[in-house]
Amino acid sequence: MNFPQVVFIIASAIALGGAVGVVTTRNLFRAALFLVLSFVGVVGLFVLLEAELLAMIQLLVYVGAISILIIFAIMLSQRLMSSEFRAQNEQWLMALVTAVILFGLLLVVLLRVNWPTSPAEVPSDAISLLGQALVSPDQFVLVFEVASVLLLVALVGAVIIARER
Amino acid sequence: MDFILNFWVEFGAWVGDLLASWGLPEWAVNLIADFAGVLILLVMGIMAVLIFTPMERKVVARMQDRPGPNRVWPYGLLQALADAIKMLTKEDIVPRNADRALHLLAPLLVAIPALLVFAVLPWGPGLIGQDLNVGILYIVAIGAIHVLAIVIAGWGSNNKYALLSAFRVVNQLLAYEIPMVLCILTVILFARTMSTQGIVEAQTIPYFVVTPVAGMIFLVCALAEANRSPVDLIEADSEMVAGYMVEYSGMKFAMFFIAEYVNMFAVAIVIATLFLGGWKFFGLEDLAPVLTPIIVFVKAVFVIFCMLWFRATFPRLRFDHLVGFAWKFLVPLSLVNLMLGALVVKLTENLWGQAGLMLLGNVVMVAVTAFILNRAARRVREAPALKRIVAVER
Amino acid sequence: MTLLSDYNFIGVFVVVAVIFPFVALGLAWLLRPKKPNPVKTDTYECGLQTFGDTWVQFRAQYYIYALVFVVFDIEAVFLFPWAVAYDKVGLWALAEAFLFLAILTVGLVYAWRKGALRWQ
Repeated sequence: MNFPQVVFIIASAIALGGAVGVVTTRNLFRAALFLVLSFVGVVGLFVLLEAELLAMIQLLVYVGAISILIIFAIMLSQRLMSSEFRAQNEQWLMALVTAVILFGLLLVVLLRVNWPTSPAEVPSDAISLLGQALVSPDQFVLVFEVASVLLLVALVGAVIIARER
Repeated sequence: MDFILNFWVEFGAWVGDLLASWGLPEWAVNLIADFAGVLILLVMGIMAVLIFTPMERKVVARMQDRPGPNRVWPYGLLQALADAIKMLTKEDIVPRNADRALHLLAPLLVAIPALLVFAVLPWGPGLIGQDLNVGILYIVAIGAIHVLAIVIAGWGSNNKYALLSAFRVVNQLLAYEIPMVLCILTVILFARTMSTQGIVEAQTIPYFVVTPVAGMIFLVCALAEANRSPVDLIEADSEMVAGYMVEYSGMKFAMFFIAEYVNMFAVAIVIATLFLGGWKFFGLEDLAPVLTPIIVFVKAVFVIFCMLWFRATFPRLRFDHLVGFAWKFLVPLSLVNLMLGALVVKLTENLWGQAGLMLLGNVVMVAVTAFILNRAARRVREAPALKRIVAVER
Repeated sequence: MTLLSDYNFIGVFVVVAVIFPFVALGLAWLLRPKKPNPVKTDTYECGLQTFGDTWVQFRAQYYIYALVFVVFDIEAVFLFPWAVAYDKVGLWALAEAFLFLAILTVGLVYAWRKGALRWQ
């Protein structure tokens, strides 16, 4: 049991524990906070994979922005601070069946596919290489530009939907 | 003599050798060294609170032509200690229907990120907690946790004013985070690395001289992120009483304030690192590397003095002016600055040429912005009265 | 595992930074009086009795600001690797980044003109 394994177990426990908390807790606000805990666990997993840029981005975007968005969305859709601030899940049996089927599918895929692994080390200037890949014409520049268009579409859509009538 | 000049690095190496000579395995030596480093940084963070609390009150008081606290020890310098003793012994009142776990969680979540920033701040050529490859991004990401903590504080108080104030503060923080990140991007364009140590080492010319617009925008955004005046809407007694902190008492309340001062100190060091040259001082750091922490500290104190100066001088901004200022003025300005920086870095490879061109570009930008604002203000001023009220709302 | 060992320090720091506020709060818990009574645990409303349920009108404008923030946050995140690699790529990287920023500036201008950034 070497050190990275211990770190992996801790990070996964946090991520999974947060996920379990989301679906089992009764209070909707606490469910959102458990989701944030799950995100933090994923940060640990990214660090373990030596993807530090992604770890920091996960922290910045998910914990810093998207969790706020989720909490605001919860508050927009409920009467605040009423005692009935509870999660409503009357269809839990159907959800359980779906989840078990999905889990079975994922397990089969994970065990059967020959995942390609590379023994290469993560290069020390990975961020610079990523930056070069994002703008070089024979790699990911199209994805880069399409991402900006996607963000534009999201922004315009949100403004239209949320506009005062 | 060499030992004295390079004191900190030599001392660290000596302690490391001492620990290794006791026969401990390597991981234990590293762990103890890490632990000692963490404790030193934490103590430094807490000392910041003890120093800057009375300093703030004395400086602001002097600017307002009154003496400030002067009972505790000569000149009131131990005021923070008296405050700490008071906070420790106050009763902790949790509102009746509040969620106790969340009420407890919020002050912790506010204090922890403020302390975590100290891990990547550079104090000298070899003196840094951990020189992460993504140092600056780490600092921004840790600051984003602070936003979440405020929502939890507002919610956990079971008080509609606390919740309302929490929403407004969160909006303010979100609005000012974008120009901050864009200014950091501009600095990274010139420094070509995200690690804090790398940014300091790349500053043969302090970046405040290269791009003063980015420096000023970052200073304003840092003020807003730290909830300092003139954007301290929640601390205004006439606005929201204590805002999201209204239901907190005793040590939990103290946690919020400790976090604010530690945050202020950390942000001041970040500004010194990014824009004022960090631990460099016209070559002094080569002659006597032992002085580099003092150089950083002096620069941080200068920045904090500027922040206190702003607090004593400017009136508070109204909430809609606040967010309007961020979204409609700072974000476009920092976007233009970023594009200008990208253009300048590609125009010439020479460092001095880049700095000169960027400075020129910034001056032109400021002039154009002033011109546009002047025209807009004149249009508002010369409109008839009714149209003026409508025009200001826009 | 060099990159992971970088984060050893951060890990130790996180553990100590989490323990420190607990220690401070624990110290305060030992030292402070504990006398709850109904008046003290009432919700604060500037000294008056609370009227009715505590519920707040949540304005949609808060949500719009958060949404615009998410979009610009992700834009900035895309620009971080570009900025780090900027000196190793040619002039085309400048044009591509300009295009990226221009598209998002169009979004900002659209939101501005449609009043999404105005606080009602």
